[in-house]
Amino acid sequence: MKKVIDVVRNRAIYVFLLVMIIFFSIMNNNFLTANNILNVAKQVSIFGIASVGMTYVILTGGIDLSTGSLISFVNIVAAYFMVNMNLNPWITILLSLVISSLVGFANGWIIAEIKMPPLIVTFASQTIFGGLAYMLCNGRPISRFDDAFLKIGQGYVGPIPIPILIMIVCFAVGAFILIKTFFGRYFYALGGNEEAAELSGINVKRVKYLVYTLSGFFAGIAGIVMLSRANTGQPNAGLGYEFDVITCVVLGGVSVNGGSGKISNVIAGVLIIGVLSNGMILMDISSYTQMVIKGLILLLAVGSDCIQQAKLLKTKTATA
Amino acid sequence: MTAIDNILEIKSISKFYPGVTALKEVSFDVRRGEVHALIGENGAGKSTLIKTCSGAISPSEGKIVVNGESFECMTPKLSEKKGIGVIYQEFNLVGDLSVAENIFLGRAIRSGIVIDQKAMEKEAKRILGSLNIDIDPRTLVKKLSVGYQQMVEIAKAVSQNAQILIMDEPSAPLTNAEVESMFAIVDQLKKNGVTIIYISHRLDEIFRLSDRVTILRDGQYVTTLNTRETDKDELVRYMVGRELTEIYPERSETCIKDEVIFEAVNVSGNGDKNISFQLHKGEVLGFGGLVGAGRTELAELIFGMEPKQDGKFILNGKEIAPKNPKAAINHGIGLVPEDRKTKGALLGLSIKENINMPIYPRISKGTVIDTKKEYETADKYKNEISIKTPNLSQLVKNLSGGNQQKVILAKWLAADVDLLIFDEPTRGIDVGAKQEIYMLINSLVEQGKAVLMISSEMEELMGMSDRIIILSEGCITGELNKDEYNQETIMRMASVERKG
Repeated sequence: MKKVIDVVRNRAIYVFLLVMIIFFSIMNNNFLTANNILNVAKQVSIFGIASVGMTYVILTGGIDLSTGSLISFVNIVAAYFMVNMNLNPWITILLSLVISSLVGFANGWIIAEIKMPPLIVTFASQTIFGGLAYMLCNGRPISRFDDAFLKIGQGYVGPIPIPILIMIVCFAVGAFILIKTFFGRYFYALGGNEEAAELSGINVKRVKYLVYTLSGFFAGIAGIVMLSRANTGQPNAGLGYEFDVITCVVLGGVSVNGGSGKISNVIAGVLIIGVLSNGMILMDISSYTQMVIKGLILLLAVGSDCIQQAKLLKTKTATA
Repeated sequence: MTAIDNILEIKSISKFYPGVTALKEVSFDVRRGEVHALIGENGAGKSTLIKTCSGAISPSEGKIVVNGESFECMTPKLSEKKGIGVIYQEFNLVGDLSVAENIFLGRAIRSGIVIDQKAMEKEAKRILGSLNIDIDPRTLVKKLSVGYQQMVEIAKAVSQNAQILIMDEPSAPLTNAEVESMFAIVDQLKKNGVTIIYISHRLDEIFRLSDRVTILRDGQYVTTLNTRETDKDELVRYMVGRELTEIYPERSETCIKDEVIFEAVNVSGNGDKNISFQLHKGEVLGFGGLVGAGRTELAELIFGMEPKQDGKFILNGKEIAPKNPKAAINHGIGLVPEDRKTKGALLGLSIKENINMPIYPRISKGTVIDTKKEYETADKYKNEISIKTPNLSQLVKNLSGGNQQKVILAKWLAADVDLLIFDEPTRGIDVGAKQEIYMLINSLVEQGKAVLMISSEMEELMGMSDRIIILSEGCITGELNKDEYNQETIMRMASVERKG
């Protein structure tokens, strides 16, 4: 029964993606060109990378609203290290990722130990790190980086832009952790039923530290790629990014109640958002209208998830 | 038979789900004023049937006739209007509201637009009093034990003047004393002319309470019998379609060794006081007592779910102080909790994943799971304790209660624990599967493991335990060896009140 629904659902998201691609191809001749397709992939790479960590968090039944601010924060921190402190780009990257992981760990620690709702904890850190980003640069952008650093966001390997490759690697690593390691099983177990997970011998607190730390880590990578691509550190660079990231993940069929979802479908979710944004820009749709449409799509995605859950529950109780 | 004799007629009701036939052309009548028992194994369709009566689901085919009025399908509102009340296994109570507020939920007594708290409490008190239930109507429901919560449910239905009261396994969570007062309530309801449809796994209750009994099997109607003209064996035969030779399987006499596996020394905490006992290799130690006596609380202490304040636990000669379940499992302790669906099994995960959950670090290289070992472990225990499933990727939520319980058991076998704690091992499990669980417990102790079994079913407690310790109000009030068992002694010890 579940399988049938899953198959339909899996296909539904790809069908949706295909329909959108066809629609935009008809509406605009420039849409279905190799150039534009790479463009789409490049545009989605930043929230694609961040969506891996978010997938874990939502799988365990949590949420991370700090992602956007953390991207901004890493943006400024890394820029500050390189320009104001003259640090080597590679050390900068390493330090920045450690810092963003630590921020994620702090979120996880507070959620697990103090038992505060994830929504509030990560909302608070969104505000805190958004503010810290401005404080660190006095609200002014920081720029002028090494050419080596700029390669990350602007370089190519053959015809493929490096950000796309980084995104692919992140998805691959993300899927590997979820499918092949026992942490993946723990994430599903926690999202399915935290108490039963604990009674099955899972150290629930440690798993929470882990998912929020990973969410911070992937947000850090996204922040670095973004800085390199934009060639300037902006304290508001990641503003509102958590919204896009959450939309991608939920659109990709990860249940907002936790416990079910797959990376492969999240990739489809990421592509849908990318195609949609790109297509709407090509069609000259105003950014305000774009916001409305994205909001509606988030509602649609969560709505269909809730309807599925309700249906499953119904068949379950009826056959019990 | 005229329609007036029958308050409720189920006419050829079927319910189909994609791939599943939950009910197939079920027909029977319920006479006005009788207590009509409805029995059948899990999955026989009892729950689905009562849900069609209460309007929670609509039947695919067939009719429901209430008081001569025919309905294609019910809605919750309509069924309430027609005087059908249901007490489900899961309670519909709001924990943060008081007993009185729960009884009058949605029908609050008001003066003007203001809720008249006093009048409501007074009326609640009257209803509770008439049912001999001793609860302050101002108590918050979440502070009540499961047993009392159910009594509030019954009081709620009584307050709605239901003509037909459907009770789905009302005795399952109750202690013997509570069951007796629930029987008294049923008798009183019957005297007042209320018709009762009584669903239960416990056949004794059927004989104690019912006038007639209808048996369902695999979603189909089997027969309806006059309770006086039948006996247990016949009912069981109709339910399972086979004879059960004996209820409690024998285990070999030489099973118990002198070696002590587990010992509690003057343990206090989580509401329990000064608990001391020894558990031997190969022994089933039963824990009896009333609901709220502190037995589950003791299990929580041993399993590291709650910290103890005083005393010590000794496992295999070494003192242990597990700070969480993971630590307890690493010491070699497993828990099969009381509430299978919310605590025991990970319903959304597969059988394979459930069985391997505690041992993933053990069957992994680094953090990468050895999927071959994962499969082999699950397959081994699936076969060993015969979990009925087409494949190991089946989600646990799709299994019957008995098979879910077996998955939980398989998990602890895979983790190779020395001490296994069962909290109500067969609650809500049908007769056939119960038997299998008992045999599994036997094979566990025969392999040299020790079992600590908490049970509120007197028969099960006496039938399965080598020794029984009785708790009351968080203290040990008695210990009985096999030759000393009798219901009266256990009941007496369970009702000892704590002094001072």
